[in-house]
Formats: sequence, structure tokens, C-alpha cells
Amino acid sequence: MSILLFTLILLAGAFVAGLLGSLTGLGGGVVLIPLLTLVFDVDIRYAIGSALVASIATSSGSAAAYIKEGITNIRIGMFLEIATTTGAIIGALIAIYTATHIVAIIFGIVLLFSAMMSMRKKNEVAETEEKSLLARRLKLNGSYPSKEGIVEYKVQRVAGGYALMTLAGVISGLLGIGSGALKVLAMDTVMRVPFKVSTTTSNFMIGVTAAASAVVYLQRGYIDPGLAMPVVIGVLGGAFAGSRILVGASTKKLRILFSIVISFLALEMIYNGLMGNL
Amino acid sequence: MKNIIKSFRNDSDVASFVGRLLRTGVFTASAVALLGGIIYLVRHGSEVPDYRIFKGAPDELRHLPGIFKGVWSFSGSAIIQLGVVVLLATPILRIFFSAVAFAIEKDYLYVLITLIVLGIIIFGMLGGLGG
Repeated sequence: MSILLFTLILLAGAFVAGLLGSLTGLGGGVVLIPLLTLVFDVDIRYAIGSALVASIATSSGSAAAYIKEGITNIRIGMFLEIATTTGAIIGALIAIYTATHIVAIIFGIVLLFSAMMSMRKKNEVAETEEKSLLARRLKLNGSYPSKEGIVEYKVQRVAGGYALMTLAGVISGLLGIGSGALKVLAMDTVMRVPFKVSTTTSNFMIGVTAAASAVVYLQRGYIDPGLAMPVVIGVLGGAFAGSRILVGASTKKLRILFSIVISFLALEMIYNGLMGNL
Repeated sequence: MKNIIKSFRNDSDVASFVGRLLRTGVFTASAVALLGGIIYLVRHGSEVPDYRIFKGAPDELRHLPGIFKGVWSFSGSAIIQLGVVVLLATPILRIFFSAVAFAIEKDYLYVLITLIVLGIIIFGMLGGLGG
């Protein structure tokens, strides 16, 4: 296969990854890494570098729209970014000392977990009772516009959320994915931030977290231009097309189908990792 | 810099500025990468890709001076890598402008928090972690 053909096929694959990622909210990296490693037989370290760059592109692209709507809680995002960026750099360092087949196995487990998380019932109730002194000191409590008017919410268990966010950062730095599922778990389940706020704030944070580890990976040669170019352009195109379709579309069936596909890819990654093929 | 601060009269101005910044960054990055990609494909399109075994990107494409040098000599892969650098710079610039926005609101706790995040990323860049 020539580089030209390889680039064109990868461009199409990245487009589909971006499309599915934006329709289901899981991000493009989740599909990109199995696609690159299992289908294109690319070393997982190159795949991680490309996926990180793709995560930054899609996060920045969609964050522009969300900030305008006033749902994103910038203070929660900024405060927790201390945790995720620290974690991301630790993750990028751990990656040096971790064999690639172990990385593949961890990736598979995180993928299975992400698929499960996307099926879970979301926390839509805003917590109104103030229980956390830290949340007040840090001015994390907020409000967002909804159809029924302004919804006020109080943030709980800040320390627990911070700890889980550090882990999300480590995973993101180690695997090259946005680890949006873990970020949403920290905000939505632990800190009781309403679903709409936690998903958009997670998206806001993904670009910054990914950039923190990407600066390390760029110096280490994980980001190869021949892969980065089709991946970034394909994923962005797919995400853009996805955001157009998303308006008014019912994504419930798609989400179920996508979760099944992802679980299958996850098992494939774990199997190949255990066999030492990746 | 003063003009930028003056133009932020309230929160929504900052939000729309940051939104524009993000869009412009992503658009510029993909346009640069596409241009580099076309040059790269014209020159190397008929070669065989080799990503099966990890060797890492060429040394000169791992650092800014090398990338700029490559761009100067019109190397396709260096131009793609410049696009990647613009893309990486976009969220980092966003943090910087968030610090400016918090300073305008006189929210110094969050100026500090934002600068800590920026510091961690700069440490990642310059801390010699790239090995």
C-alpha cells in the first residue's frame, strides 16, 4: 500500500471516528486507537500521539460553541485542571516505563468502562443544599440556563472529585484519550454536578489535559506528521458533520450500538495485549 | 495587551473572545496541516508507510527550532508539524486568556489557580520530560 492510499483510507476512518465520537459524546480517540492498532497495524505509541492531537482538535472545536451557551462552569473546569494536568504529565511519564501490551490491556479496560458509562442513567437533579465549605471557598457553586429557567446547583465532595480527576488525567496521559467518561464520573457522581454542566465542563477540560501530555509526547516522537495530518482533518470533519446531525436526532439507539462496538473493540485490545501482539 | 483588556467589558465578551480564539486556532491548525499534507503527499505519496515498528518521529520534528527550520525549507512534514504546534498552542493560549479574564473580574484566587495550570503545562514543555 502506498502512503497516498494509506492516507486516504485513514482520512475516511478518522472521519467515521469523529462522527461517532461526537454523536455519542465519547470523543474520537476511543475509536481511533483500536482503528490504528487493530486495522492499520500501527504501533500503539504512534496511535496514542495521533489520538491526543485529535482530542485537542475536537475539544477546542466544540468548546467554542458550549462556552457561548453559558452552561460550562469555567471555575470548576479551571480548578480541576490542576488535577488533570498534573495527572496527564504523570501518565506521560508512566508511559515510558510501561510495556506496550500492558498499555493495550489498560486501554481495553478503560474502553469497556467508557461503554458502560455511556449507557448509565445520568444525574439530572441539581443539588441545592450547601454541604461543602471548600466548594463555597472556591466559588464552585453555579447556575445554568434551562427551559424551566435558571437552575442553581451546589457542588459536593470537592476532595473526592479532585482525586478522581487526577486519575482521569493519568489515564488520559497514559493512553492518549480525553477520558471524558472518568471526568464526567468525577463531576456527576462524586461532586453531584448536573449532567449538562458536567459534560460540557468535561469537554472544556479535555483540550487542556491533552495538551499537557501532548507537549511531552511531541518531544518523544509519538506525534508523527504522516499520521497526524489525516487523523486531525478526518476527525474534525466527522465531528463537524456529527454536530450537524445531532440537532434533533435521537441518539439512544446509536449509543447502544456504539457501546456494543466499543466493547467488542475493547475485548479485542485486551486479547491482543494478553497475547503480546500489540 | 491594553486594548484586549479594554475590549473585555463583561463575562460574555470574554466568552465570545475565547470562542473565537478556539475556532481560529483549530481552523488555522487544520489549514496549515492540510497544506503540509499536500506537499508531503506530492513528494512521498508513492512510498510505503511504515508505522508497524515504533521509531518515533524524526528528531528535527520533535522541537520548535527544528520544525521552524523545516518549514523554512518547505518540508511537508515540518509544515504538518507546525499545524500540530498551533493546535497544541490553542488550549494553552486559552488558559492564558482565562487568567486575564479572572484578573479583570478581580478574582485573584482564580488568577492564581489558572497560573498554576499554566505552570504545570510549561513544566511539561521545558522540564526535560520528553526524554
